Amino acid sequence: MRYSNVRLIQEMCKDETYALYVHGNLEEVDAITEQNLYDYYKRALAEDELDLYVVGDVDNDEVTKFVSHLFQLEERKPSTIDRRTIHKKEEVQEIKEVQDVKQGKLNIGYRTNVYFGDEDYYALQIFNGIYGGFSHSKLFINVREKASLAYYVASRLESHKGLMFVMSGIDNKNYEQAVSIIKEQMKAMVAGDFTEEEMSQTKAVIKNQYLETIDTARGTVEIMYHNIVAGKKISFEDLISKIDIVTKDEIMKVADKIELDTIYFLTEEEQ
Amino acid sequence: MEKIEFNQIQEEIYHEKLENGLEVFILPKKGFNKTYATFTTKYGSIDNHFMPLEKSEFLKVPDGIAHFLEHKLFEKEDGDVFQQFSKQGASANAFTSFTRTAYLFSSTSNVEQNLETLMDFVQEPYFSEKTVEKEKGIIGQEITMYDDNPDWRLYFGLIQNMYQNHPVSIDIAGTVESISHITKDLLYECYGTFYHPSNMLLFVVGPVDATKVMEQIKENQAKKNYSKVQEIKRQFENEPLEVAKKKQVLPMNVQTSKCLVGIKAKHVEQSGAEMLKHELTINIIFDFLFGKSSENYQELYSKGLIDDTFSFDYSQEKGFGFAMVGGDTNEPDTLADVLKKMLVSAKQGEVFTLEGLERTKKKKIGTFLRAINSPEYIANQFTRYAFNEMNLFDVVPTLESISLDDVKAVMDDFITEDRFTVCQVVPKK
Repeated sequence: MRYSNVRLIQEMCKDETYALYVHGNLEEVDAITEQNLYDYYKRALAEDELDLYVVGDVDNDEVTKFVSHLFQLEERKPSTIDRRTIHKKEEVQEIKEVQDVKQGKLNIGYRTNVYFGDEDYYALQIFNGIYGGFSHSKLFINVREKASLAYYVASRLESHKGLMFVMSGIDNKNYEQAVSIIKEQMKAMVAGDFTEEEMSQTKAVIKNQYLETIDTARGTVEIMYHNIVAGKKISFEDLISKIDIVTKDEIMKVADKIELDTIYFLTEEEQ
Repeated sequence: MEKIEFNQIQEEIYHEKLENGLEVFILPKKGFNKTYATFTTKYGSIDNHFMPLEKSEFLKVPDGIAHFLEHKLFEKEDGDVFQQFSKQGASANAFTSFTRTAYLFSSTSNVEQNLETLMDFVQEPYFSEKTVEKEKGIIGQEITMYDDNPDWRLYFGLIQNMYQNHPVSIDIAGTVESISHITKDLLYECYGTFYHPSNMLLFVVGPVDATKVMEQIKENQAKKNYSKVQEIKRQFENEPLEVAKKKQVLPMNVQTSKCLVGIKAKHVEQSGAEMLKHELTINIIFDFLFGKSSENYQELYSKGLIDDTFSFDYSQEKGFGFAMVGGDTNEPDTLADVLKKMLVSAKQGEVFTLEGLERTKKKKIGTFLRAINSPEYIANQFTRYAFNEMNLFDVVPTLESISLDDVKAVMDDFITEDRFTVCQVVPKK
């Protein structure tokens, strides 16, 4: 499952730095020495953007005092990378890879052309929820509950990079059927074939997720850090209230912006 | 309704055993947005041989049926319960373990409605031949998903090495073959036997008014008719102390090998305070021996035998128990030998010091206190403890009570080579 997702991103984002695997690759790891690792550490500490979050049962003044004493860092001007750089494909890329697996792993990548903090980002979240984000979503109902093809089938947003991934584990022989249902459901979204109820259901669940997330210290930090990554200043209240006012029309417009990029299938037998 | 206070950690729990036998626990957590509720039956994958309700003969049911039943409870004549929950802004889920099946939701609004939905969907089964057949495709895919997961295969391989007769060695979801024998009638038979309220526990944790929630639950339960409380008769074959197999190697599609060393537990008839102390003592022993700050860990790491997948775990329930330690490695045989040596030598000499014990206890207490920030942890663990007649909130005082003599006695008894076993996953070819 993890492997097929990594492979999809490698194929889909071939010419983008996003395709790099976080742990690097074997050949290059060997070239790391004590000296160049330490040099890199010093450079990172001197030049990189650092953000410190402290959440919990703490005294603000005390923490500020500690921090200004312990972290005496020099001013810096971190460079920014435009994560949005997009390499558009002329046509949809379809890749099949054969390996010794019992279950076929289907991973599909889309370009959403919408990013965290954009005005239509909220509509994209609702789109994802109706389409495949939850167990009330179209993909779950149609691929799993109706066609009985899969145990897991879901869509997930990569909101800073403007990607959406659909993933499912299916029997090797059901590839065509699964892909065609997933495409049909996308068409239904573009055509506005979803109800007010599906919208309000999805809004309720997303708001619930946000509120649950801030119950934990880690979740609170994560939500705040999204702003740093995107260079935005969106308050928590806005994140929630903007979900509520998304209209059907806005969701359809977002659906129309989404482009299928790559279909990757890890499968057992030669097809 | 009784109120139980735990002053040391400033928590209070409200408890009542209802007339139909259902145990209800409510833990108010102020300052949280989320309410989390679990509705759990003491029925898991190991309960495959039992006397069905109002019958006089034991019945053996297909492997994986408890998990299958869990899936099927979500489907009703008028649709899917997931839909209902998400309309009410909740997210719902369920899981089946060796000994329990739990249904749960979490939500930050409409808590009363969601709680009603939880109780009603679990207590109003709807199984039909058609939906049972349809589910076989879905669960078949769940099973093949796990078949492709080397860590799951390694874990189950190790348990299969240990247990010769006990059903803990059967995969929780069963096999594609075994679930093909499941019918709607068999599901109703299992349901009727194990979903009686007297075999269940309802736990609610969150920013709730305990009195109101208890009233709601009682009202809901009073509307439903249940037969009188009866003891459930389960049957288990005799399980020898020795392991079934000393070693198993599974060739799979992996880059790096994996190796686990397991110890089959001895005192698996324990319950209550005795069990709590026993399992916490074993946890302390393993943390001291193999935790990240241990000498053993440093040695294994600097020799390049392990990476950060290295872990250890101890599980114990009535009738079975096992410890396991290991992870990814390029030298599965060397790692197995070294781990075994480390275990055996821990019993000798002065490896385990008082200072080491105190340090490990502090770590365990800290970990526990952090864990009870999590409503999920509280609800799930409290239920597991209660089903074994233990109390989750006795963990800290019990940890504090463990002495060096306790540790030595348990180590002497627990670590014996004839109950060691090894399971490895290695690259194919």
